[in-house]
Formats: sequence, structure tokens, C-alpha cells
Amino acid sequence: MAIKEPERIWWKPYTRDERLWVAMALLWMMASFVFMPVYHFIGAQNPPSETYRVRDKEKFRALVDGMVNKYKVGEEKGIPIVKPEPGSDVFVQASMWQWYPILQLEKAKTYRIHLASMDVTHGFSIQPINMNFMALPDYDYVVTLTPTTSGDYYIVCNEFCGLGHHLMVGKMIIK
Amino acid sequence: MDYRICSFTGLKIHKTAEDLIKWNVVTAILFLALGGFMALLVALTRWPSVHYLGPANYYRFLTLHGFDALLLWILFFEVALVHFTSAVLLNTRVVAPFSAWIAYALMLVGAVFVNIVTFAGKADVLFTSYVPLKANGVYYLGVIIFAVGALTAFGNFFANIIQARRDKAYKHTLPLGTYGLAAASIIGVVTLAHGAVIMIPVFFWSIDLIKYIDPATYRLIFWGLGHSSQQINVCAMVAMWYMAAAFVLGAKPVNEKLSRTAFVLYILFINVASEHHLLVDPVLSNWHKIVNTGYMMHLAVLASMIHAFAIPASMEVALRNKGYTKGLFDWLKNAPWGNPAFSATFLSIIGFGFLGGITGVIFGTEQFNIIRHNTFAITGHFHGTVVSGTTTAFMGGTYLLIPYIFRRELVLPKLATIQPYLYAIGVAMFAISMMAAGSYGVPRRHWDITFSNAIFSFSFDPSIDIFLSMMGVGALLAVLGGVIFIIVSLGSIVFGKKTS
Ligand code: HEM
Ligand SMILES: [Cu+2]
Ligand SMILES: [Cu+2]
Repeated sequence: MAIKEPERIWWKPYTRDERLWVAMALLWMMASFVFMPVYHFIGAQNPPSETYRVRDKEKFRALVDGMVNKYKVGEEKGIPIVKPEPGSDVFVQASMWQWYPILQLEKAKTYRIHLASMDVTHGFSIQPINMNFMALPDYDYVVTLTPTTSGDYYIVCNEFCGLGHHLMVGKMIIK
Repeated sequence: MDYRICSFTGLKIHKTAEDLIKWNVVTAILFLALGGFMALLVALTRWPSVHYLGPANYYRFLTLHGFDALLLWILFFEVALVHFTSAVLLNTRVVAPFSAWIAYALMLVGAVFVNIVTFAGKADVLFTSYVPLKANGVYYLGVIIFAVGALTAFGNFFANIIQARRDKAYKHTLPLGTYGLAAASIIGVVTLAHGAVIMIPVFFWSIDLIKYIDPATYRLIFWGLGHSSQQINVCAMVAMWYMAAAFVLGAKPVNEKLSRTAFVLYILFINVASEHHLLVDPVLSNWHKIVNTGYMMHLAVLASMIHAFAIPASMEVALRNKGYTKGLFDWLKNAPWGNPAFSATFLSIIGFGFLGGITGVIFGTEQFNIIRHNTFAITGHFHGTVVSGTTTAFMGGTYLLIPYIFRRELVLPKLATIQPYLYAIGVAMFAISMMAAGSYGVPRRHWDITFSNAIFSFSFDPSIDIFLSMMGVGALLAVLGGVIFIIVSLGSIVFGKKTS
């Protein structure tokens, strides 16, 4: 019994049922084991991991501002809309409680989106397609992304970032 | 030495062990009540047509709900199990009563510190307190004091079993229940060490003695603590399942070797799976993520698969031995469904496996995590594990400890009979609804998903309203089940008829 010491010889051979069950579970586990790395190569979408250290936040801000000055095509609610060249590096800055700037991207073109926070940790959640990445302070996280459907997308912050967390919504336009 | 013989179980119960268990259980239940009250307020806020709390109170009470329910209720109960399995089950004593009481006092002081600063509005950081969000230093100090207390309590476990061995309280090996708590205590020591490594520097940072804490390192070590400590809960919960099956049905593990191997798998493989919290974080390389969450996690899952077989099998054998042998399922039909200790255990096994376990494996997959990370689906997943699994199992455990340790009969036995069902149905309903809402992108930890004051407003798919309302109704049911649990357990402890 689980509440009493077992008899002296408790390392008994497994019965047929036990062996069958463990074998089935093990097979299932093995299939997942193998499939996880395999899918990393055959799958169309994987979590990114390219990262750079941001030693100076002002430098990142300068990259964002440089991009905004060069590629600004409009403005919505006071936030610039930026249309960068396909294939280029795009910078998105998170801060309490704003995503800056608004990106206008072309369908089926690939972009390297650099995410970094200027203060606390934020969550970069693209809606309604529901894809989620973290934006940390002091790190530049590169999400390589190829939009497949056009429309307006919103960036909801989904990591608690202070009392205005629920006000932090940004926008992305795919044309 | 002050001993008595339990009239139900024949166990020899040391007075100090009995007192320690009583105090830890009652404290656990009180924090469950507090955490549950916060749960009600938070759930009513996430129900769009009610939207009860304002933003500041929502984040504050969510911090408290996470801390009081996840850390305080569960750990105080686990410390009660530490003493129950290392002293009572072995018919021996608590060797260092003084340090056991110090452990209790430290945990309580830490818990009170955290609750007070958070109530005072000085620690709106949620229980994860990701730096550089900063709380008042007292918050981190409270966490550290609590952790030191818990570490001391796990130390008591080892002291007790070593002394028990010297006293020849067991000859060759520990009973399986004690073995499970040994696994929990080993993991406990490892994880609380992680906690110290990160929380002590953060405390110094909060009082400006250290300039900088790296946010990515914090997340890595925090989850080294936070995720691995969930494995303390799993081990203690599984041990509780085995013990409840033994106490209620006289069930014997069908194969001790198999069950013990499974506990060892937990110790070996879960600590490394903590990085599934960081799958969409910068810094960690792809291979790191694949190996950690893919390979290692599955070996821990294998352990759960083994218990999921072994415990129902032992129940079946025990019930068949009682004569319920007709057909395939006669034993199941004749199980003691009216005994809340049994039904809670059974519901916990089902809930943990089907709600918590399966979703855990899915959401921990590298690619799938992109579409679930930080959504409400994650909240649904862990209410499947820690609430419908661990909490329900510990409720069942309480129904056993009330006669064995408190020596009281249950008051309101009819209500007690329906309590586990009510609670389990409520939790399942709100957890599944959270998962459904999360699959449409609804974020967790969010006060206003209509974004009414944000600069861009955007609406989720309208079907989330149905899911979130179902979550609200499920939460009300679960809270009702929780309230009944508190009334029955505390009521029995205070007013229950003394058993002889
Ligand atoms: C009647 C029972 C319960 C209900 C109705 C309930 C409901 C909720 C709700 C609505 C949230 C908020 C999610 C959000 O807005 O992001 C939440 C979060 C949470 N709950 Fe519960 N809960 C219950 C019991 C428990 C228990 C017993 C535990 C622990 C053992 C627990 C652990 C947590 C944790 C850790 C969080 C996350 C807090 C955070 O995101 O910082 N809950 N719960
Ligand atoms: Cu944010
Ligand atoms: Cu936020």
C-alpha cells in the first residue's frame, strides 16, 4: 500500500498490461521527440531566435527615427505610418504604452522586424491572426516575417507592463 | 514522547506532527479562501458584461490571486503533507520540532508581508514580477522569507526520514506516499535554490543597492523556479492520489517499481523543461528550445502517463477484490462516489490529465506556442493543472485529514458529497472557456479587451463573448464549490463532532 512500506521484494517484473501501456506511451513520446526537430525544418513557421543586445536604448531609438524619416507615408492618430522597402530591416519600438510606428508592409514580401522595448517587458501580439512574441528591454529580437494576407492588423500588448497595459494597442497594415 | 494511535488507520501519531499538520492545513485553507475571493473578483472583471473591478484593483487583486492561491495555499498544504508522510506514515516523530515551527513562522511572515504590500498598492507587478517592473522591497523580502521557510520545511522532511531509518521505523524502503513527497522535497530544494539566486539580487536592486538586473536572465531563472516548482505540486498531488486510493479503498500500487521509476523521471527531467515559458523570447537559440522543451519535457510526461495507468489500475484491483467483478466496469460503477475524498481524487486525475496535461504538451510545442503564448488559453491550461488537478486532490486530502488528524466528523456531509463535483465542473467549464477565448487571441492579464480607451480600437471575433460568459458562469460554480469546501472543512475542524 502507498501508506505502508512494501514487502521486501518490490521490484517485480512488469506485467503484460504494464509493458503494453509503457511501450505505447514511449512510442508516442518518441514520435513527438522526432517530430519536433523535424518539423522545425519542414514547417513554414518557427519561433525566431535571432537576437542582438541593445546596449544603448538611444541608438535603437535613432534607428527607429531614421526609418520613420526615410519611409514615412502618412500618419494615423499622431503615429507615423511607415512603408519600408521589402526585404529590409524594420524597427519597432515598444514603450509604456505605445507601439511605434505603424508599419505598412507588402503581401508576400519578407521583412526583418526588430522588436525592442524602451522600458519594461511587453508582449507583441498580432491580432486577429493571433501570433505572439516578446519584446524585452535591452534586447533586439528579430522576427523574420512574410505577410500572407492583406488587411489591417492590430498589435495588442499581452504582457503586463504597468497600469496602462490595456491601453497599449498598435497597428500594422498589409497591402 | 507523546503519541496516540489513530482509530481509523492504526497509525501512531506524534503529537508535534499532529499540531504541525493542523496549523499548516488551516493556514492553507485560509489562504485558499483569500485567493478564492480574489478569483471571484478577477473572474467577474474578465466577464465582459460584468467587468466588475477598475484597472488598478484588477491588476492588484490578480497579483494576490496568483500569489495566495498558487504559492500559499499549495505550499502550506504541501508542508502538512511533508509531516504527514515523513512522521505519521512512518509511525515516528518530527525530529526537529523547533525548526519545523520556525519554518511555519517564516512562511507565514513572508506571506503576510507580500499580502500587505500588495494590498497597499505597492506591488502591482503580478506574481511573476518581471524586471524591470519594480515592486516595493518588502514584496521581494516577503518572497525570500517565505522561500527560506519552505526550504526549511523540506529540510525537515529529510531530517525526519533519516531519523526514522535510525529508529528502524522502516526497514528497506519508504512507503510510496513518502517516496512521492521525497521526490517533491528534492525538487523543492532545487527550485527554491533557483528562487534565492534570482530573488535576492532583485531585492537588492529594489532598494537600489544593485544597479541592473538583466531582464532575460531574470525570466530564465524565474521560470527555473516557477516551472520546476510546479513539479513539486505534481509529485505531491500524485502521492496524494496514491494515498487516497490506499486510505479509501485499501488499494495497493500494482507495481511499486513502475510507480517509483515514474517519480524518478519527474526529478530528472522536469527542471529542464522550464524553458517552454521562453519559446517566443529572444536570446535562447533554436536548438536550445527544441532540446529543452522537446526531448526533456516528454520524459516527464511519460511519468504522468505511468501514474495515469497505475492509479486507476490499483483502484480497479482493490474494488474487484471487494467483489465487484461483473463485466468490465462493475468496479467503476460501485466505487464510493459519495465519499468526497474518493470523488475528489478521481476528478483530480481526470482533470489533471485531460485539461492540464494534454494542453500542456500542445502549448509547449515550439510552433504551437506562437499562437498561444500569453493568451487566455495559457490561463486555461494551468487552471487545468493546479486547480482541477492539485487543488482538487488536496481538497480530497483535507477530507481524509479531518478525521485522521483533527479527529472530527465532517459537518454537512451531504454538501461535502456534492462539493468535489460542483468544483470540478465549474473549473472545467471556466478552464475550457478560457482556452477557447485564448484561441481567438484574447490576452491573459488584460483589463479591457474591448480596448475602449486605447488609441486604436479593435474587436475580437464576437464568439469570444460567449466563451467569456461561460467562463464567468463556470467561475461562479467553482467559487460556490470552493466556498462549500471552506465551510465544510473549517466548520468540521471547529464544530465537527469529536471522533473517539
Ligand atoms: C474558483 C476558483 C478559481 C477561479 C474562478 C479562478 C479564476 C482566475 C481568473 C479569472 C484569472 C485571471 C486571468 C487573467 O485575467 O489573466 C486567474 C489567474 C490565475 N489563477 Fe485562478 N482561479 C481560481 C482558482 C485558482 C487556484 C486554486 C489557483 C492556484 C492553485 C489559481 C492560480 C491562478 C494563477 C497562478 C493565475 C495567474 C495570475 C497571473 O496571470 O498573474 N487559480 N484565475
Ligand atoms: Cu506593453
Ligand atoms: Cu502590456
